[in-house]
Amino acid sequence: MTSPYPILSMVGIVIAALTVAAFLIWVERRLLALWQDRYGPNRVGPFGLLQVAADAIKMFMKEDWIPPFVDKPVFIVAPAIVFVTVLMSFAVIPFAPGIIVSDLNVGLLFFLAMSSLGVYSVVLAGWSSNNKYALVGGLRAAAQMLSYEVFMGLSLMGVVMIAGSFSLPVIVEAQRKVWFVISQFPGFVLFLIAGLAETRRIPFDLPEAESELVAGYHSEYSGMKFGMFFVGEYMGVTLISSMIAVLFFGGWLGPVLPGLVWFLIKTFFFISFFVLVRAALPRPRFDQLMSFGWKVMLPLALANLLVTGAVVLLWSNK
Amino acid sequence: MISMLRTIWLVFLHAFHKRITVQYPEQKPYLSPRYRGRIILSRDPDGGERCVACNLCAVACPVGCIALQATEDESGRRLPEFFRINFSRCIFCGYCEEACPTYAIQLTPDFEMGEFHRKNLVYEKPDLLINGPGKYPGYNYWRVAGAQIGGKGKGEAAHEAKPVDVRSLLP
Repeated sequence: MTSPYPILSMVGIVIAALTVAAFLIWVERRLLALWQDRYGPNRVGPFGLLQVAADAIKMFMKEDWIPPFVDKPVFIVAPAIVFVTVLMSFAVIPFAPGIIVSDLNVGLLFFLAMSSLGVYSVVLAGWSSNNKYALVGGLRAAAQMLSYEVFMGLSLMGVVMIAGSFSLPVIVEAQRKVWFVISQFPGFVLFLIAGLAETRRIPFDLPEAESELVAGYHSEYSGMKFGMFFVGEYMGVTLISSMIAVLFFGGWLGPVLPGLVWFLIKTFFFISFFVLVRAALPRPRFDQLMSFGWKVMLPLALANLLVTGAVVLLWSNK
Repeated sequence: MISMLRTIWLVFLHAFHKRITVQYPEQKPYLSPRYRGRIILSRDPDGGERCVACNLCAVACPVGCIALQATEDESGRRLPEFFRINFSRCIFCGYCEEACPTYAIQLTPDFEMGEFHRKNLVYEKPDLLINGPGKYPGYNYWRVAGAQIGGKGKGEAAHEAKPVDVRSLLP
């Protein structure tokens, strides 16, 4: 079930992902404002929509300063990694029947692999900056993302067991009768929390933690390199939201409206939820974060895996 | 865990609250009558300048942005020869208004005094003087002060008795 026009959908998805990520700058600020009784950017263009253009112009005009004490090649390549890995993950996401770059039979594993690789960008950025705050940020990112990666993968195994495939279009099709959010509710909650941690969004933004680490791993970055981290983070949010839509909320499935519209509605809902969580929750302490990951989420993920496995086994034996 | 969900829900409900933002250039904020904004020099009800150039405001000013020089008119009434406020220094603390014995200098609810050139922020006496009595209508310093100026002799001020003729007090 690959796309009839592979090049077209490839280019389309890349452009769409970048545009959505850029507009998320505006969307997030408007939504945060909405939940803080403010208006947010509403001056530049209609509803402040051109704020994106203004921000982009500002970002490109800024001096792209590379401090003399950094490890230059690594420093330059780090922001590209976050960008590339997230963009690669979009290759396996089925937006609608036929709109997918590559229908891998291990699509889910590819997504997990790519999101693991994303850690490198943060760690390398923190390391190459030669700055204690950046280094602490990088260390935190490494610890946090490794420990949340573990149960992120485990939380999805229930879905894989029920659907019987790692291929994302097959997983979507397996939700024709009932969405996996109902049969796999613990898995959904676990994946949502792991997704928040993977994208380094606010309850789990300890690698940045601007109140304690200046800006964490991207303290030394400026200009468009900083912009790459920024866009990478927003693309990560889009990616996790669309993965939640695909894995637990039936992707493109839905009545009346065409599949792509359903997919976009579901994705936008979760993007908004990510922003809402950012507006609502404070940042935990680092030891709280780690013990929450290892002592609560991992056992829950394992229990969910065992129960799902047992139920699937009993079901198939009947 | 429950409290976190409750937090998220309560924050979500804020979407339906009234906005706090005042959309400034289109929608003006309410400024109280005692708001400390642009400084003016008021006149008494008869139209004369209230300022008697006593220099108290200049002394009270913590940033030293007020400069003035006293002079006298032909009736013997003191008034400032020049009165200069450098608004690029002014911190709008209102101490000058507190110090003023004649209610001449007053702060008004107006803050829109942006300029493109810094020197335009130095206001001279014609820029500062207004035609009305400001916050204190009906108050006229020279009409209650005991001093003798042209057109008003001793004891002619309001709430004032005629000067006692010392010689009539003889036993």
